[in-house]
Amino acid sequence: MKRPEPKLVNNKLEAKELMMQDSTPRMPEVLIEVKNLKKYFPAGDGWFGKGMDVVKAVDDVSFTIRQGETFGLVGESGCGKSTTGRCILRLLEPTAGAVNFAGQDLLSVDSANLRRLRRDMQIIFQDPYSALNPRMRVGQIIEEPLTIHRLGAKAERRDRVAELLKLVGLDPSHAERYPHEFSGGQRQRIGIARALALNPKFIVCDEPVSALDVSVQAQVVNLLQDLQEQLHLTYLFISHGLSVVEHISTRVGIMYLGKLVEVATSEEIFRNPLHPYTRALLSAIPKPEPDEKRNRLKLTGEIPTPINPPSGCRFRTRCAMAEGRCAEVEQQLVEVSPDHFVACMVVAP
Amino acid sequence: MDNILEIKGLSTYFHTRAGVVKAVDDVSFAIERGSTVALVGESGSGKSVTSLSVMRLVQPPGEIVAGEILFNGKDLVKASEAAMRRLRGAAIAMIFQDPMTSLNPVYTVGDQIAEAIRQHEKLPKSAAWTKAIAMMQRVKIPDAERRAKDYPHQLSGGMRQRVMIAMALSCNPELLIADEPTTALDVTIQAEILELLRALKDDFELSMLLITHDLGVVAETADRVEVMYAGRIIEDAPVRDLFHQPQHPYTEGLLRSVPKLREVGLKRRRLDTIEGTVPNLLALPDGCKFAPRCAYKIADCTTGEIPLISIRADRRARCIRYDAVGDEAARTQTRKQQA
Repeated sequence: MKRPEPKLVNNKLEAKELMMQDSTPRMPEVLIEVKNLKKYFPAGDGWFGKGMDVVKAVDDVSFTIRQGETFGLVGESGCGKSTTGRCILRLLEPTAGAVNFAGQDLLSVDSANLRRLRRDMQIIFQDPYSALNPRMRVGQIIEEPLTIHRLGAKAERRDRVAELLKLVGLDPSHAERYPHEFSGGQRQRIGIARALALNPKFIVCDEPVSALDVSVQAQVVNLLQDLQEQLHLTYLFISHGLSVVEHISTRVGIMYLGKLVEVATSEEIFRNPLHPYTRALLSAIPKPEPDEKRNRLKLTGEIPTPINPPSGCRFRTRCAMAEGRCAEVEQQLVEVSPDHFVACMVVAP
Repeated sequence: MDNILEIKGLSTYFHTRAGVVKAVDDVSFAIERGSTVALVGESGSGKSVTSLSVMRLVQPPGEIVAGEILFNGKDLVKASEAAMRRLRGAAIAMIFQDPMTSLNPVYTVGDQIAEAIRQHEKLPKSAAWTKAIAMMQRVKIPDAERRAKDYPHQLSGGMRQRVMIAMALSCNPELLIADEPTTALDVTIQAEILELLRALKDDFELSMLLITHDLGVVAETADRVEVMYAGRIIEDAPVRDLFHQPQHPYTEGLLRSVPKLREVGLKRRRLDTIEGTVPNLLALPDGCKFAPRCAYKIADCTTGEIPLISIRADRRARCIRYDAVGDEAARTQTRKQQA
């Protein structure tokens, strides 16, 4: 698989990088490998560090993202999906684990190399209102990554900004305007243009359409899909909106309380969910079909706190299928059929 | 037919420095006693301002400039402020999207429910407290007696919304206005709250005005739907009819742009979208407000006001081409002509 032609090849640095890439062997199939990732936050009544509680936001999560695919990460608030995304980009420093990006260990590289690698990894945020600096013109916002990485001369950067605006369906003349002059959907397009400025390979989309109206949501989802095809991008798509994730993702991981409980292809997970939590989650989506018969699987109780999660399986306190042994042993992800992993000893012993 | 609420020709305008914003423009609909009517639309469509108008909670520079709001036959637009205060929280109650900002962080939730009860009923404090706990039990808050002594921040989002519902129902309202009651909640919690609302509706013989942008929630909860666009109602129909055969292009577009589970083996496709964006309320197009984004637009759409046309006794649509909506041939033909 070949990387798309970067637009700024007349720039020395970029050209050098291109040459280096051509000499390296073929792109591996797996672009990102997350291994035993952990992120703990200190919390609560610590007084001079004594008796400090720990929030296990992400606790031993492993998965891979393949070149060119969209990996959907789904779960309810507080399950650790956004923290996982941020740890992969090292916007948050993970507590333990490893993240491999195109063969390089992201967690052990020094800051200079990390900076270089960051060009290949970008992020789009949920709230397009707070992700854009209100005092900067749209052109400056999109140009900023190029300036920071010292790419191209001024005129080249201007051209690149115009090109990026067109790419995301905006008009090049919009570069002179300020973020407040745009609607939510347009602002999200600006955020996407900024993320694309450095020709990344990988983009973390953190709830990119959750704050948008339905009709605008569809426009942005289509744009993300088109860009992926055009530019051969790989996405980590983080969302609580299950239908959007089903639509856009190649494979999906379901998180609960800091753990991955099920990973499978999008089709498989939505048609043949195995983990009791996945099933409950899917049955809870309200469907826009008034005649549909609903067999809702009810969850009992509330999500426990990640400070003191239940022993064994973390979902057992709300699970209708829980047995005695669920409290004792923590089940790992088991491959039940090709590419379908479940962490539940009742349905997949 | 017995209507608990009848809104006739309601217009609520905001007088801003940039001009007059017609947030709600000539809106008419009715809620039959015991039924749930959903007000659907995207942000800025006027659905929340409509509900605030019913409660007479529109603040300056906003103002109800015309229309009648008949609650049990009495016009709320003409009611005195004192009469409204007696009505709010008693006969008409409201719950909001974000329970955290609607609850006072420095009082326990039990105190707040008891306080709401004492606003409308002459009860000693201890009796109000007992009633508050009973209400918390009715909205299925486990261990209510202990939870009543909790402060809002000690409860989860779902529990806080239950507290809000308990407070809203504590004075036996006839009409409950629920403004995006589950939007801020996770999907499993949303399912619980919707189920609770459905059960309580029967228990308390409530009528409900549900404001939401989520078509899934509408399909599950509402009996009748009013679709709003740019401050107007553009379609009014029983819930089944609306989902099976929308008769306004905007409704059709909304329904189509929701991602659905794809067919087995089918590759992912592009989502249908409504092109363009919601118009600026200060610079509305002539004629049909949706015309610039419409796939069925013809020359007549942009001349003169488009009325809300009665298609059947219980269906209305603000579209002169309502019989063409859903007809793929008509769409393609119109597209060609437009091009």
